[in-house]
Amino acid sequence: MPREYEYIEHTGDLGFKVYGETREALFVHGAKALFEVLVSPETVEEKEERAVTVEAGALDELMVSWLGELLYLFDTQGLLLKRFEITTLTENRLEATVRGEPLDLQRHEIKTTIKAVTYHQLYVREENGAWEAQVILDL
Amino acid sequence: MASDIRVEKIDDFRWLIPRTGQMRTEGLVYADETMMASIKKDASLEQVANVACLPGIVGRSMAMPDIHWGYGFPIGGVAAFDMEDGIISPGGVGYDINCGVRLLRSGLEANDIRDHIPALVNALFRNIPSGVGSRRKDLKLSAKQMDEVLTKGAKWAVTHGYGTLEDIKHIEEEGCISGASPDCVSERAHKRGKEQLGTLGSGNHFVEIGFVEELYDEAAARALSLYRGQVTVIVHTGSRGLGHQVCDDYIKRLLAASGKYNIHLPDKQLCCAPLTSKESRQYLQAMACAANFAFCNRQTITHWVRETFQEVLEMAPKDLQLDLVYDVCHNMAKIETHEVDGKQRKLCVHRKGATRAFPPHSRLIPEAYQQVGQPVLIPGDMGRYSYVLVGTEGAMKETFGSTCHGAGRRLSRHQAKKVAKGRAIVRELEDRGIYVRGAGKGTISEEISEAYKDVSDVVNVVHHAGIGKKVAKLRPMGVIKG
Repeated sequence: MPREYEYIEHTGDLGFKVYGETREALFVHGAKALFEVLVSPETVEEKEERAVTVEAGALDELMVSWLGELLYLFDTQGLLLKRFEITTLTENRLEATVRGEPLDLQRHEIKTTIKAVTYHQLYVREENGAWEAQVILDL
Repeated sequence: MASDIRVEKIDDFRWLIPRTGQMRTEGLVYADETMMASIKKDASLEQVANVACLPGIVGRSMAMPDIHWGYGFPIGGVAAFDMEDGIISPGGVGYDINCGVRLLRSGLEANDIRDHIPALVNALFRNIPSGVGSRRKDLKLSAKQMDEVLTKGAKWAVTHGYGTLEDIKHIEEEGCISGASPDCVSERAHKRGKEQLGTLGSGNHFVEIGFVEELYDEAAARALSLYRGQVTVIVHTGSRGLGHQVCDDYIKRLLAASGKYNIHLPDKQLCCAPLTSKESRQYLQAMACAANFAFCNRQTITHWVRETFQEVLEMAPKDLQLDLVYDVCHNMAKIETHEVDGKQRKLCVHRKGATRAFPPHSRLIPEAYQQVGQPVLIPGDMGRYSYVLVGTEGAMKETFGSTCHGAGRRLSRHQAKKVAKGRAIVRELEDRGIYVRGAGKGTISEEISEAYKDVSDVVNVVHHAGIGKKVAKLRPMGVIKG
C-alpha cells in the first residue's frame, strides 16, 4: 500500500509529511497522521459522528485550519477521530464528516499531547499528479 | 540544515552576528565555544538575524545560551521594539503564552522526607490533573468566572481560597498583567481554557520535589531563605490550550496585518503588526488574558501541592512552610522602560524561552528582594538539576534585564524515544533516587536527560557573562509529568 504519511525530525516538536493520490486523500491522511500522534488508531472505535467545516485564505492554510479544528475537538470534547470523509474541498473551504469516540482512559493510552498545528515549514503541493504536504506540530 | 551565518567572537561568552543584508541591527548570542559549534548545526542563528530585520528594533537581536530553533523567533530569543515605530510578534512570545515556573521552599529537610517521596509523588499525581481526560471536579467555572480569571490572574485564585496574599507579592507582575480584555480572546480559546484551568499539561511540564544541594552565594541564599538540604518544589506549566489558541488566532490575524502594513517579513513566521495598530493592541490584551490564565493555573496547582504535603506528611501548613520564593514567565512580551543611550525609553520586550532578570533596587521586584535582586529559576531536565539565580545590573545594561530559561532540547522527541528504547527509564531514575510518574506513556522517554543540553553549561554562560548570578543548585527527588 502506498505510504500515507511519515513523521519527520524536529527538535522539541514533531512534523509529518503527508501523501495522497488526490487532494481529498491528502487531507484525510493528514488527519490520520495527527491522531496517530495522540493514540494508536487500532484502539479507537467509530461510535460518534460530527460534521466539520473550515475556511481559510489558501490551501496550505486550510490544512492548518483543518487539523487545528480536529485538535480543538479533542481538546474540548475529548474526541479521538478515526475516519474522515471529505465532502467538499476547494482552495478555501473544507467540509467533512468525521467519526470516532470520546477518550476512554481505560482503553486509550495518550502517547503525546499536541499544543498546536503551526505554519512552520508548511507546504501543500501537487507534484507529478500526486499530492504532498508537510506540517510541523508544536508539542 | 547547517548555518552559514557569520559570527564573530567578542569574548568567551558573547558572539556577534554582524549586520548584513536586511538586518537593521546586529545579533548577539550568549554561548561558549562548544555550544556555538552545535548552535551552528540548525538554523537558529538565521532566526536571530531575521529578527534583526524587524522594524523599530532597539538594541540588538539577542539569544540566550539555551537557544534553539523555534517558530520565527528562536527559542531563547530576546528583542525589544520602540512603542512608536516598532512591532509586536506572537512568534516572539510563543504558543504557550506565559509558560513559566515557580519555586516553593519549605521548612523540611530532604533526609526527613526521602522515604515519603513515592507516597508524595503518587498523591501529587492523583491531586494534580494532567488535563488529558483528567480534570478536578471541584474546579468548574462559569463563563463569568472565566472572564474574572482572565482579568485577575493569580489574584482570582487567592480570592477563591487557592493560596495567600503573600503568594501574590512573590509573582512576576503580582500574578496579573493589566489591560487584559476577555473580549479579545476568541470563543474557541475560552472553551479550551474552561476545560483546562488547574491542569498541568504534558510535554516538558511538571511538578518536582527536590532539595537544595549546593549554594554559590550564601548571602543571596539567605535573602531567599534557602539553605542546604532544604526541600523545594518546582511547578512548571503555562496557559494550556487557551494560550495556544490565542497565539494561533493572532498569528492568522497578524499574517494579514503584515501585508496590510507593508511589513517585509524575512520569514512568514515573524508575522507582526505595528505597536500603534489596533491589531497589536488586541493581541496584547489577549496575550495578557492568556498570561493571567497561566498565573492562575500555577497558583491553583500550588494550592494542591500544599494540600498534598499536608495530607501525606500529616503536617500543618505552619510546619510545612511551603512558601513561594518566586514565579517567573518564560514566554512573554512586556511593556517596560529601559535606559537606552542615556535616555529612558518605553519598549516592548519580547522574551521567548527567556526570563526577566531584574537587578537589586528595581521598582518592579518584591520588597523582600530589593537587596538581592529578582530570583530567576532555571529548570533542568528531570534526571539532573535545576538552578536558582538572581538578576543583575549586567543583564539590565545588556539584555534589557533578561537571561536564559532552561536547558534547551538537543534531541527531537523521536530521537529521544530511540535512545530510550529497551531501557527502563523509570527504573534507572529510581536507582538514582528520583521517583517519576508520568501521565503519557511517551512523555518519559521523550524527556530523558540525554534529550536535553546540560543546564549547568547554560547557567555558567549567563553567570560568567554577568547576566545572571548563581545562587543555588537543586536536585530532584520526585517528579510528576503530565
